[in-house]
Amino acid sequence: MITESLLLSLIPMSLLGAVAGLDMVSFPQIMLSRPLVSSTIAGAFVGRPGSGLLLGAVLELIALETLPFGASRYAEWGTAGVVGGAVMAGQPAGSAGTLPVAMFVALATAMFSSSSMVWLRTWNAHEARRVRAAIDAGSPGVIAGVQLRGLTTDLIRGFVVTFVALLILFPLSQEVVAVWGVDAVHSRAVVTALAATVAAGAIWTLTHRAARAGWLFVLGLCAGTALLLLQ
Amino acid sequence: MTEPIVTPGPDSGAAASAAESAECTPGVAAPLNRRAVATAYARLFAVQGSWNYETMLGNGIAFCMEPLLRRLPDEHYHAALARQSRYFNAHPYLAGVAVGALARGELDGEDPVRIERFRTALCGPLGSVGDQLVWAGWLPFCSLVALGAFALGAGPLAVVCIFLGVYNVGHVALRAWGLRVGLRCGLRVAPSLANPVFREGPAALARISAVLAGLILPLALQRIIGPGRVLAGSVALVAVVGAVILARFGARATGWRAALGLLAIFVFYSVVR
Repeated sequence: MITESLLLSLIPMSLLGAVAGLDMVSFPQIMLSRPLVSSTIAGAFVGRPGSGLLLGAVLELIALETLPFGASRYAEWGTAGVVGGAVMAGQPAGSAGTLPVAMFVALATAMFSSSSMVWLRTWNAHEARRVRAAIDAGSPGVIAGVQLRGLTTDLIRGFVVTFVALLILFPLSQEVVAVWGVDAVHSRAVVTALAATVAAGAIWTLTHRAARAGWLFVLGLCAGTALLLLQ
Repeated sequence: MTEPIVTPGPDSGAAASAAESAECTPGVAAPLNRRAVATAYARLFAVQGSWNYETMLGNGIAFCMEPLLRRLPDEHYHAALARQSRYFNAHPYLAGVAVGALARGELDGEDPVRIERFRTALCGPLGSVGDQLVWAGWLPFCSLVALGAFALGAGPLAVVCIFLGVYNVGHVALRAWGLRVGLRCGLRVAPSLANPVFREGPAALARISAVLAGLILPLALQRIIGPGRVLAGSVALVAVVGAVILARFGARATGWRAALGLLAIFVFYSVVR
């Protein structure tokens, strides 16, 4: 059973969430934390990478909006992608509610995880303040210690967020999918409309300062629509 | 064993080649061994490990620079580390510029007051240049390339490999270029940040991304919506209206939070129906 295998893999899945969460800011920022990657790998852990990829693509369209500028608050997509991908791949294939529920679970996790990053940064400041005197004396051991403690705490943060989210949201998502009352066509249409809305808004925000970007987008849109109609 | 400054990691890629056109005036090569430079380069990947709201990247900068400073006399070594662990902010991929330039300044025995003034002045440019080039340019571009592969029917492994491969060619090269140019130019590194990649790269990437986004959005949405193609027109209409609202009120509402709220209502409706 997929469900049993998923529950058995709660620890490795949480470790995956820890690594993806760590990658978001602390180390090494090679973008394992992007939902396209983390959700697909989580799906692969459950044995259905294709399902993980489908949710990953939806979340990636939404994540186009995320600009992780310095101290700004933004969604933490690493753990969110892992939790969403696991929920998506862990449901029975073909259920109408699977995609919207997995997307909801991923976004809820992103919100929770975003708050956990604020907590982590406050904790890091507290740790640095605690050994300020040694840092001001230029102690290399203390400086490295602060850095390593920050990295370790972030790893633990990602693990805990993924573990708790899966523990609560996975069984809940199964219950919701079981009583889902909207057909698959309309369920997917709602998900697609939301993703498209956020993506289009993000693309406008990212590109509108460049000269002729609006026209170039329309040009691309015409070509893409023509390709779609030819398929 | 010492030898002239060496180039860390791969030095290919647009950033590295563009740097050659924005050479600083080369100074006397500071004696550094390869291992110290390689260690500093590896540590750059963890420069944000203790990121916080008070010193931001400060501790990380000192952590990355430490291997480069080991050749300093003891009292200078500790004073330099203390100086470099104070507040600092920059884009993480360009932190290597600061690490290299400030380490070079310390090794060359520059006046500490001048180093601190330079350090303060470096924060703004390294932050804004990196944010525009990487977060607002390179990352969305790579996402769109990978989504394009998804839209054209590529499998999970191919999509993930395309995204990680393309993105990290630029990422790794930029970090390597930053450390190299910093070490080479020291406190004269500023002109390097005016090279064409930083000046024109963000706008060029924005234009390419605009075309790419228009091209792949309908195809990617088609693959996601699957059998719901009959509703494609309605989806497109909702997306256009929603995007206009988001773009208009973007400063007050983030799209993903709005999507979460709307999705919560939809899930509730689907359950109680």
